[in-house]
Amino acid sequence: MAVPLHFQTLAELAQRLTKREISSVELTRSVIARTEAVESSVRAFNSRDAADALAQAEASDARRAAGQSRGPLEGIPVGLKDVIAVKDQPMTASSRMLADFISPYDGTVTTRLRGAGAVLWGRLNCDEFAMGSSTENSAFHSTSNPWDLTRVPGGSSGGSSAALAAGEAIATLGSDTGGSIRQPAALCGVVGLKPTYGLVSRFGLVAYASSLDQIGPMTRTVEDAAILLGAIAGHDERDSTSLRAEIPDYRAELTGRRGPWRIGIPREYFGAGLDPEVGAAVERAVEHYRGLGCEVRSVSLPHTEHCLDTYYIIATAEASSNLARYDGVRYGHRSVKAKDIVDLYFQSRAEGFGAEVKRRIILGTYVLSSGYYDAFYLRAQKVRTLIRRDFLDAFRDVDVLLTPTSPIPAFKLGEKTDPLAMYLCDIYTIGVNLAGLPAISVPCGFTGAGLPVGFQLIGRPLAEADLLSAANAYDQVHAWGRKTPRL
Amino acid sequence: MAETPRIDIDHVAKLARLALTPEEKAVFGSQLAGILARVEALGRVDVSGVEPSAHAAAVNNVWREDAARPGLPVADALRNAPAQRDHMVVVPKVVE
Amino acid sequence: MGPQDPAFVKDVNSESSSVSSVSTTAARYEAVIGLEVHVQIKAASKVFAAVGTGYGHEPNTLTDPVVLALPGALPVMNKAALDAIIKAGLLLGCRISPVCKWDRKNYFYPDSPKNYQISQYDLPVCLGGEVEIELPGAARNVMGEHKRIPLTRIHLEEDVGKLSHGTIDSLVDYNRAGTPLMEIVSEPALHSAEEAYAYLTSLRATMIYGGISDCDMEKGQLRCDANISIRPVGEQKLGTKVELKNLNSISFVRDGIAHEIRRQIALVERGGVITQETRDYDGMTGTSQSLRSKEEAHDYRYFPDPDLMPVAVDEAWKDRIRATCPELPFDKQRRFLEQYQLPYTLTSVLVWDRALADYFEEAAGLCGKPQAAGNWIVNDLLRELGNAKTTLAECRVTPRHLAELVKLVDAGMLITASAREVFAEMFATGEEPGVIADRRGLRNAPSDGGELEQWCRDAITANPKALAEFKAGKDSAINAFKGPVMKAAKGKADPKAVDETLRRLLAVS
Repeated sequence: MAVPLHFQTLAELAQRLTKREISSVELTRSVIARTEAVESSVRAFNSRDAADALAQAEASDARRAAGQSRGPLEGIPVGLKDVIAVKDQPMTASSRMLADFISPYDGTVTTRLRGAGAVLWGRLNCDEFAMGSSTENSAFHSTSNPWDLTRVPGGSSGGSSAALAAGEAIATLGSDTGGSIRQPAALCGVVGLKPTYGLVSRFGLVAYASSLDQIGPMTRTVEDAAILLGAIAGHDERDSTSLRAEIPDYRAELTGRRGPWRIGIPREYFGAGLDPEVGAAVERAVEHYRGLGCEVRSVSLPHTEHCLDTYYIIATAEASSNLARYDGVRYGHRSVKAKDIVDLYFQSRAEGFGAEVKRRIILGTYVLSSGYYDAFYLRAQKVRTLIRRDFLDAFRDVDVLLTPTSPIPAFKLGEKTDPLAMYLCDIYTIGVNLAGLPAISVPCGFTGAGLPVGFQLIGRPLAEADLLSAANAYDQVHAWGRKTPRL
Repeated sequence: MAETPRIDIDHVAKLARLALTPEEKAVFGSQLAGILARVEALGRVDVSGVEPSAHAAAVNNVWREDAARPGLPVADALRNAPAQRDHMVVVPKVVE
Repeated sequence: MGPQDPAFVKDVNSESSSVSSVSTTAARYEAVIGLEVHVQIKAASKVFAAVGTGYGHEPNTLTDPVVLALPGALPVMNKAALDAIIKAGLLLGCRISPVCKWDRKNYFYPDSPKNYQISQYDLPVCLGGEVEIELPGAARNVMGEHKRIPLTRIHLEEDVGKLSHGTIDSLVDYNRAGTPLMEIVSEPALHSAEEAYAYLTSLRATMIYGGISDCDMEKGQLRCDANISIRPVGEQKLGTKVELKNLNSISFVRDGIAHEIRRQIALVERGGVITQETRDYDGMTGTSQSLRSKEEAHDYRYFPDPDLMPVAVDEAWKDRIRATCPELPFDKQRRFLEQYQLPYTLTSVLVWDRALADYFEEAAGLCGKPQAAGNWIVNDLLRELGNAKTTLAECRVTPRHLAELVKLVDAGMLITASAREVFAEMFATGEEPGVIADRRGLRNAPSDGGELEQWCRDAITANPKALAEFKAGKDSAINAFKGPVMKAAKGKADPKAVDETLRRLLAVS
């Protein structure tokens, strides 16, 4: 039986579009129809505009007919996490604070996607202001994992991973601050890549933690991720943290580098808290690499136990400052209860923000406040240096690190009520953001209950080409991301 | 740190301009105390001689030339404003 | 602060109480003043956003996502703003930090879109430095005492928007938000309102000289807050300081400070205690009041801005800026006094306008008569410019023309009265003085006393009737001789010399 268009890979569809076997309008219609069919179960979208998507698809087909195709993304429907600015579209960050906000400008990745001919499709649900690991912190609704609708899709880019897994988009963009692309990718059985910090512009990304945030691709295959990354990566003069790095042709490099790679297994990442089935699936992935002739060795990242705490000080501190702009003055929710200007701030923010966001703002404000800055924030930044050093030291002897992405598979909606328990979902992903390294989650099987499992590969700074080709060495054979849930 | 610092929630919420209900103060207070208890462990890490990482990459002098680009038309600038008059944002009277 | 202090003298004159008791009281106290001056840098675009700057534009027309702090917006530094603050630092003798960085100053206010201001906390661009000031001299034509007021630091930050207040609400215009701003902090080293006044005029002139800012206080390009405390004379410890805001002109700065010093002394003398507070000065009424008291001091929670990278300033960069630094007004004044031997008052008018000073030097260089050139400029040129409401840049009289005119007068080719006529026409038409003088027949013949004497004798001899009338007492009869003399001189005799010569000869005829 033919695979429906909405489940095919980006690479396959690009080829078929080039050969004129299908049109973008056909493809987009398939994606829209699929969305209509399953969205009431999955609830991946905050909003979507089918008419607008079809208009973009028509324009794409016209360009192609005129011999002006812009490349592999031409005519491909790509979903965007509702934290990426698209002109004249809502940008809610899944928060009541921005429920009615319409962006008057395009973020840089948006501009680049348009420039690549992609069809921008919908605004995808997430944890409010990207704070969370289950998408349950969305102020609007939770999203269901297409593999088991009673379970979470992960977070914070849960809408992006669920929509992709469910066939409601061919590829999506998420954002990752402590694992928010990789963890939902693992829980939904798809590929998710967080680039080296600074590789992809943050201009147009609702800021959560400025020194940790990155936008990245979520796709069914590693090859697709290489294609999408190529379209959005590269220096941007509007982002001062953007790196001037040469962007290789990631897709071409996939087969260009065949390894073998020296693989490091950080022993601190396989200890208590790791679900046995997850551990087993990851172990099987390791075996695959051994089979390819890769040397696999144990390494140590001694400051791993401090990653979570370091993250929660730095991320909340930066967030408390980044979210100060949400005050109901120039845009966003303004309380009708406000009696005066002072009240305006207090009430608008109290009404506009959810509990997790408030918690993090308070913690962040506290660690920066007078008397506590040295003990918390400054100290955390020093430990961060040590954490990064751990990784760079390990990379002297190995080329990539391999770990589980998430310690557990998808958990039940409503299961984790203790914030601390939720934070522990990110123990394997957080260190990567602190160190600014690139990392990718690759699906590597299912648990007995049919829940997806992913493993993570972590690479050297700016070594996406190596990372992707190492990931591809597994993915092109196993291609777990091609499996589709029954909905 | 000798003892677990307790967050003065009232003070911090004021700094952050968040009006919290008494329930929220109680719940957040204890949740954050739990987090802080863990975070304390950072105090035991040996950071002597370690520079703080304010940025991932040590790059200096990122700037642009002094050229004005067209900005947002007023309508776009204020399209999301909760209240406006005469092309300005309206707020309750500010007493300086 | 003593009875001779000009500010104090001024204060006493406006007090109704007896002079001697007030002077004894005030003489027991020393005022300590520190000034925080914000100077807007002249730049085409804002300091962290690529949109234009300006004053008086339609509200909210100089904004973009970065200025408005829309979700997803990011700052990018304006290099020209850095060049400008480095220049300011070099002009004021500051140490330029080899590395400086950006910090977020977190506080909530409607004119601050991000609710944090990008500023500099512990590593500012400039440290130290000083502002040279001159206090009023004993008389107007005598140079006053010079002092060097030390600075603490200068840092770069972004300006905030503008609030305007209605009856029940306030309006916010973000055009000003993001404009590059230098904060210049002095040490608490000023001791009188007059010193503060002198400090601001000097600082302002330096910034204008350097092309860094136009310092127009009405446009908010220069703003000043003062921190004022008093202490008993001889006491080392600083008293509680009061911050004074809303000082909207340099005069108001002086008046406000003087008022505050009086207020503090009076309070202390009554047995009161000075509270650390911020007061708002009203220049129109000359009074101040406490601003709504703040519950606690601001906790700005400074931390390094993760969106902006540090700045490393190397020697080559400093050298490039140094090459563009002009000679400062006081240095120029000292040089003018020495090199051109100009009187003090003349230099005072010339040096505070860089263009005028340059104009003078060019003219003086060309004619070699600096005093004369200086006088023409400060008297005639400035008067004509004022009357015509023209600027020096638009002036039709070039330094070369002025120099020519000076040379003509110096050589006796033009008498002063004629020169003034020529100047007026030069100003109107931009022609050369020699051309104008010739066309109007104003050029003197070379004054050869012998020739003139002969023409006068001849005229007297030729008109015995007029001679008789003159000797009979009719003074106007002398005019009858002048016609023939002028005719003989072909119109180029100096009328004054003709008159003198005729009278001399008539006296002995």
